[in-house]
Amino acid sequence: MEELDRDPSSRKRFLSMVGGAGTATVFATFLAACGGGSDDDEGSTAGGDSGADPTANPAGGAAATREPNPDPKEGTTDLEILGYALSLEQLEAAFYADVIESGLFTGADLGTIKQFGEDEQDHLELLEATIKKLGGEVPAAPKTKFPLTSQAGVLKLASELENGGAAAYLGQANRIRSKEVLAAALSIHTVEARHAATLNSLAGLPPEPQGAFAVPASMEQILTFVQRFIVP
Amino acid sequence: MTYANPRVPESNAIEIHGFTRGAFILRSALAVGAVYGTGAVGTFVGQAVAQDGESGGDAEILNFALSLEYLEADFYRQALELDLSAEAAALATRLGAHERDHIAALIDLIDVVGGTPTREPTFSFPITDEASFLELAQTLEETGVSAYNGAAPSIESPEILAAAGQIVQIEARHAADIRVALGQPTAPKPFDESLEMAPVLEAVQPFIKA
Repeated sequence: MEELDRDPSSRKRFLSMVGGAGTATVFATFLAACGGGSDDDEGSTAGGDSGADPTANPAGGAAATREPNPDPKEGTTDLEILGYALSLEQLEAAFYADVIESGLFTGADLGTIKQFGEDEQDHLELLEATIKKLGGEVPAAPKTKFPLTSQAGVLKLASELENGGAAAYLGQANRIRSKEVLAAALSIHTVEARHAATLNSLAGLPPEPQGAFAVPASMEQILTFVQRFIVP
Repeated sequence: MTYANPRVPESNAIEIHGFTRGAFILRSALAVGAVYGTGAVGTFVGQAVAQDGESGGDAEILNFALSLEYLEADFYRQALELDLSAEAAALATRLGAHERDHIAALIDLIDVVGGTPTREPTFSFPITDEASFLELAQTLEETGVSAYNGAAPSIESPEILAAAGQIVQIEARHAADIRVALGQPTAPKPFDESLEMAPVLEAVQPFIKA
């Protein structure tokens, strides 16, 4: 992680991604993955590997090497992206609620966790309102289960979820068609980034594990990661 | 290349600024005129108009971002001349290195879209110790986040937008890092604000010497 932070090739990697950052995923993959098992594992590094963490180094995944997409906005609607974002916020909100209930935290750390949980709730509500406004249907919250056994473990998991959340928003930003939806997504994206940096610090990890340029994650990468928390 | 004033989403939690590209360029030109002296405005506007035909003005936004990154990078450089604790010095070193990487990337991107990178001004910051460093660092990083978030929806190229996103996420992490150092809540609002270019350029004007 420390090495990545100072990786001199970081900018080169960043620039090589410009022009190829778009991913070809469609929301159908998301639904398929949530149903238990994706037939499109292109974006994952290793199925079932708990280290397949889109948060730490997704640069090695398909997003960085995929052929440049001539039109990254092709194929995915804003409603689909909003639904995807909402599902992630539902997952995060459920996580924080469970963490608070676990009684593992007190004092300042509990305060931070409660605050972040409220932020996710606010994100979720704005996304729901936006989906309704665009005439879409609000997806039901997934049933979730998180391994909450120790403070250290929870902080690490929280950091993974938030880094994943930030990477997920980043991965969709340039596929959003509406400027209003984009502005909303961006205003959430940087709050997820704040959460991620904070939790990294609390977990003893570098706040910018990817160095000067955050790495986006594709829907497949995120779904591979979150699938383990979704109860079928 | 203009677009209608966007509708504000039903939730008032977020403020979205709409503006035409013409107004965008004019306002930033005026602000830059105020910064560099009116002599610079003619060149700036001429350049912006010339670029507008080819690149749709993404070069303008990239140059705006570049100006902010110059400011931040030099701020951390100057901060490291102060007598800082090991923790604060490490923070200034790490964040400064990121800002320098952002500068290099933005210059490359401006080249890609056929623009001309703006020159680096000379800066002066009212920082004398660790407390004043952290306080101003917080202001600058928060401004950076809002500036990128405000400008990004006007970026036309999906590739440039993705690149800006990769940078703004780091600015947001920096803002949180500084708030950690200050013992403050790291995400004071559920939605980060966005700022237009003109008020940002006005806000940073006092730090520009030449």
